[in-house]
Amino acid sequence: MYSEKVMDHFTNPRNVGEIENPSGVGTVGNAKCGDIMRMYLDIDEKGVIQEARFKTFGCGAAVATSSMATELVKGKNVEEALQVTNKAVLEALDGLPPLKVHCSLLAEEAIHAALWDYAKKHHMKIEGLEKPVNDIEEKEDIEEEN
Amino acid sequence: MNKPIYLDNAATTRVYPEVVDAMSPYFAEYFGNPSSIYSFAGKAKEAVDKARSILAKGIGARPEEIYFTAGGSEADNWAIKAAAEACGDKGKHIITSKIEHHAVLHTCEYLKKKGYEITYLDVDEKGSINLEELKRAIRPDTILISVMTANNEIGTIEPIEQIGAVAKEHGILFHTDGVQAFGHIPMDVDAMNVDMLSASAHKINGPKGIGFLYIRKGVKIRSFIHGGAQERQRRAGTLNVPGIVGFGKAAELAFAHMEDHAAYETELRDYLIERVLAEIPHSRLNGERQKRLPGNANFCFRFIEGESMLIWLDRQGICGSSGSACTSGSLDPSHVLLAIGLPHETAHGSLRLTLSYENTKEEIDYTVEQLTEIIERLRGMSPLWEDFCKEE
Repeated sequence: MYSEKVMDHFTNPRNVGEIENPSGVGTVGNAKCGDIMRMYLDIDEKGVIQEARFKTFGCGAAVATSSMATELVKGKNVEEALQVTNKAVLEALDGLPPLKVHCSLLAEEAIHAALWDYAKKHHMKIEGLEKPVNDIEEKEDIEEEN
Repeated sequence: MNKPIYLDNAATTRVYPEVVDAMSPYFAEYFGNPSSIYSFAGKAKEAVDKARSILAKGIGARPEEIYFTAGGSEADNWAIKAAAEACGDKGKHIITSKIEHHAVLHTCEYLKKKGYEITYLDVDEKGSINLEELKRAIRPDTILISVMTANNEIGTIEPIEQIGAVAKEHGILFHTDGVQAFGHIPMDVDAMNVDMLSASAHKINGPKGIGFLYIRKGVKIRSFIHGGAQERQRRAGTLNVPGIVGFGKAAELAFAHMEDHAAYETELRDYLIERVLAEIPHSRLNGERQKRLPGNANFCFRFIEGESMLIWLDRQGICGSSGSACTSGSLDPSHVLLAIGLPHETAHGSLRLTLSYENTKEEIDYTVEQLTEIIERLRGMSPLWEDFCKEE
């Protein structure tokens, strides 16, 4: 049911782990739904992401999207990292089964949450970055209401 | 390991070679329609009658009380919908439990939309319903009680005889979904006081697509599939002769070996449970320790998610199943695990391993070794585990 790329990133996840004193760290998702992603970023003074690491509680797709998201943001500056959308993660993994697409949304959220934390720590505002909704479910509900 | 280690026998089982052999003449050789008059069809009719007798005898019923269906789900649907319809004049209240198979739960939900009222009995932390709660739930307009004989996920065996006695005392129809129990543990329709019982062939090393509904003589429920006069005009459709023959053969073998198989599976299951609980930290057994199906083991491992575990097990050649949301096709984990009081995050980390007498101790040893490694690896990347370790 998963593409080869997804299986590869699930069985050999890149950048698993923590970063001590990270520039930014964010946790999204909730245990109730069975997916929690934590993303750590190390960002240098020029605003370039030197290192990205993750920890994920979740299914195969959740692990693979986290792994891919860390790969995609590494080496990018903050503005470029914001362009790593769920769609970008999906495409890089050659797609996900329909029921698993929310995992890629979670990966995007995790990047945003880590960047938000970075911005907060540095008392700066990142253009185009909104405070991430930690609970994917809440977000979907809001979208439905709209 | 070349051959997969198959530990998902509650999902389906391997068809025995003897069963395949018994079935095969009824495809191309004795292919006649058992409803036909000419003598050529007689072979098929005889074979169906023989299978029906074996199945009936196995549950202490009469052959004419066995109605073949396309499987357990059809039998459940039929029992509940037809009973609701037949007794609609008396009332519209049905009692079932929170841990039934979806074939029962979704049928009840369907009836709810049609104006029926459903009471879902709670279960305790081991998965057993409470007889006092059942008695309290009974109303003058209660027309049906449906409680499974044994649960498909956690293996807990329900107090069916007592439930049946309560139903009988109040003159209420009693149906039990016996799909997981039939052929694995002794069942007797009179001792259990059941009016209807669902069973399926593919859970007992028979073919898929064939089951039966036992309907006690005198219980007036109408047909579910309309058409020809098959099955005493209660279930239309040309009989699935090879399937029925296979079901009969599988049941014959299951009843003949029930004691040995149950004893072997129970020993192997207990060995698996003891090793897992002793060797894997933060693990728990779900369901009754003793009063459970012989081959069923169901665990929860904290801080990890079930689907990840299954994919890794699969890569090591081990087939199991989980009650996590990702395997249920929704965002909620198994309704059974929630009903026994597990928090969502724990329920997401469940693993069901269901053994057969064909499994070996070596397979269980290998499985426990692999599982220990997999859980360690997954916890190593789990933020929940990270938080837990920091708190410790």
